Amino acid sequence: MAVTETRIVTQRLRDFPDDSHTIERYLATGGYESLRRALGMTPAQIGEEQVKASGLRGRGGAGFGTGQKWSFLPPGVFPRYLCVNADEGEPSTFKDHMLLERDPHQLIEGVVISAFAIECHTAFIYIRGEFALGAERVAQALAEAYERGFVGPDVLGSGFDLEIVLHRGAGAYIAGDETGLMESLEGERAMPRIKPPFPAVQGLYAQPTIVNNVETLSTVPHIIRMGGEEYAKLGVGRSTGTRIFSVSGHVARPGNYEVELGVTFRDLIYGLAGGIPDGREMKFFIPGGASSPWLLPEHLDSPLDMDHVQNDLKSMLGSGAVMVFDETVDPVEIAWRLSKFFAHESCGKCTPCREGSGWIERVLWRILNGRGRPEDLDLLLDFGDNIVPGLGAPFAQTTICALGPSTMSPVVGLVRWFRDEVEQRTGATRAGLERRVTVPMPEVG
Amino acid sequence: MTPPERVQPPRVLTDDNLAKAREIIALYPHSKSAVLPLLHLVQDQEGWISDDAMREVAALLGLQPAQVLGTCSFYTMFKRDPVGRLVVSVCTNVSCYVNGGPELYDALQQRYSEDADVTVEEVECLAACDQAPVLQVNYEYHGPLTPEVAEDLVEDYKSGRLTPRTVSGSQG
Ligand SMILES: Cc1cc2nc3c(=O)[nH]c(=O)nc-3n(C[C@H](O)[C@H](O)[C@H](O)COP(=O)(O)O)c2cc1C
Ligand code: SF4
Repeated sequence: MAVTETRIVTQRLRDFPDDSHTIERYLATGGYESLRRALGMTPAQIGEEQVKASGLRGRGGAGFGTGQKWSFLPPGVFPRYLCVNADEGEPSTFKDHMLLERDPHQLIEGVVISAFAIECHTAFIYIRGEFALGAERVAQALAEAYERGFVGPDVLGSGFDLEIVLHRGAGAYIAGDETGLMESLEGERAMPRIKPPFPAVQGLYAQPTIVNNVETLSTVPHIIRMGGEEYAKLGVGRSTGTRIFSVSGHVARPGNYEVELGVTFRDLIYGLAGGIPDGREMKFFIPGGASSPWLLPEHLDSPLDMDHVQNDLKSMLGSGAVMVFDETVDPVEIAWRLSKFFAHESCGKCTPCREGSGWIERVLWRILNGRGRPEDLDLLLDFGDNIVPGLGAPFAQTTICALGPSTMSPVVGLVRWFRDEVEQRTGATRAGLERRVTVPMPEVG
Repeated sequence: MTPPERVQPPRVLTDDNLAKAREIIALYPHSKSAVLPLLHLVQDQEGWISDDAMREVAALLGLQPAQVLGTCSFYTMFKRDPVGRLVVSVCTNVSCYVNGGPELYDALQQRYSEDADVTVEEVECLAACDQAPVLQVNYEYHGPLTPEVAEDLVEDYKSGRLTPRTVSGSQG
């Protein structure tokens, strides 16, 4: 049977492509009803009985339980802050961009409910600087929400006060890391902080802080509407609900598709996105943003299940960006381009990431240009071992943030699946390699 | 010995924008948070961020100019040298890479290398891969584009047939 989308967060913007961002359309389609309902609950009821019960896990990349994260706030410490991560920069992810431009009120409603649930009175929306129209739409929606009493002092007569500040970034992928985001919001270079202390304990302005992704918070009004337990019935295992997947690269219909978790990569890539044009074959795909290790056509029947992809396929669903590459693509070229991205975006705070990312880029460049040396594969794995000791999965790390380990994903992809091609091009023989470091392989074919 | 007299840097922000700056600062629990928004404000007005502008932002926030420079220099959207009034940002990350992004960048780079109005830059993923190959003109999205269509587009902005945003992406 052909797979279809299960639209929850994207329903309004698909049904009303022309005006889904307006307050009139939002109110006419049940907007802010969840907020009214939530204000009749206690914060604990929202956090525990709704959000925790829904099984919602963060849509920003790490997949951490949202209700669980909220429960880490130390009791009695105020003020607390909520930061919306709207910095979407993970290559090939374009879902938050769509939600910001086309359903800003849905996000704002989610922010107000979530702020009420965590007893926070100041929230910041940190939006990627390049999202000019997105920032305009959110600013407009905020003004309307203030005007109608959904945000501001005494929200809808409940006695709850909330200020929401829209803050534009200025071009830095690393500001998407939650601690980099807080640094940036404090007016600094967006260089991540060592954890602990975790943001929930000491975050923005050294106060307890929750950082959540746009899609995560846009889901919250629906959890209140449907009921947490009802929401949890969607999905598979510990991956409940729906997620928006951004499919791009060599597909007939690139775009955002919201599906119930548990459908397969094949459903997504060949069903919804129309497969690869002109009858060409797939060479490989990247399942969850540039930071996730690559997979092969033989993994297409695996379900979109965060735990399965991490534990069995030794990769991750990450930010939900699925990139498809056909048989004409040179994997070394893609690995080089991704490594160039990481080298450019490394903030430079940790030596293994700062130096390693640049060296990976340069070594891949020389392999790509026919100047690879027999020792290059070992060299690449050696850089990797400095950043990700043992190259296990999930990655351990010697660095402050997860960008360091991410630099290894393209290399791991090459070594796992295209080792022969690389060896040919570097003149290495398998026996000749030192093989000090090996890359663990997925268990599922 | 008397310390040398402090030289007041020339003012950059207009009166209107100075008032706007004060409103922005008041939004934050700590004024330093206003560094990015104020730099955007400067760039909206001036088209780039001069040393004098950074001094003024520092003075408004009670910071040293070096602190503002430290932050400013980290972010790719902030231009510390004058750029064309149109900044064309072409994505060459992987989804654009396999759909003609590098060719688009090369063509525009060559076409406008001598044109003072237009600055062409290569950028990382713009989060619009369904439009690959995609570019932005002053942060307005356009895609998918061939080099020919892209040139026509830039010409439309140059001639005023299309109204560009500011170099920081605000409505002009
Ligand atoms: C280098 C790096 C970049 C990141 N970029 C983003 C991003 O653009 N958007 C996002 O929501 N999370 C991003 N994250 C994840 C955040 O650190 C954080 O986990 C997330 O915003 C938490 O929200 P969630 O629990 O709702 O997913 C990034 C992490 C790293 C290490
Ligand atoms: S891992 Fe890289 S990006 Fe992250 S803090 Fe260290 S140097 Fe910066």
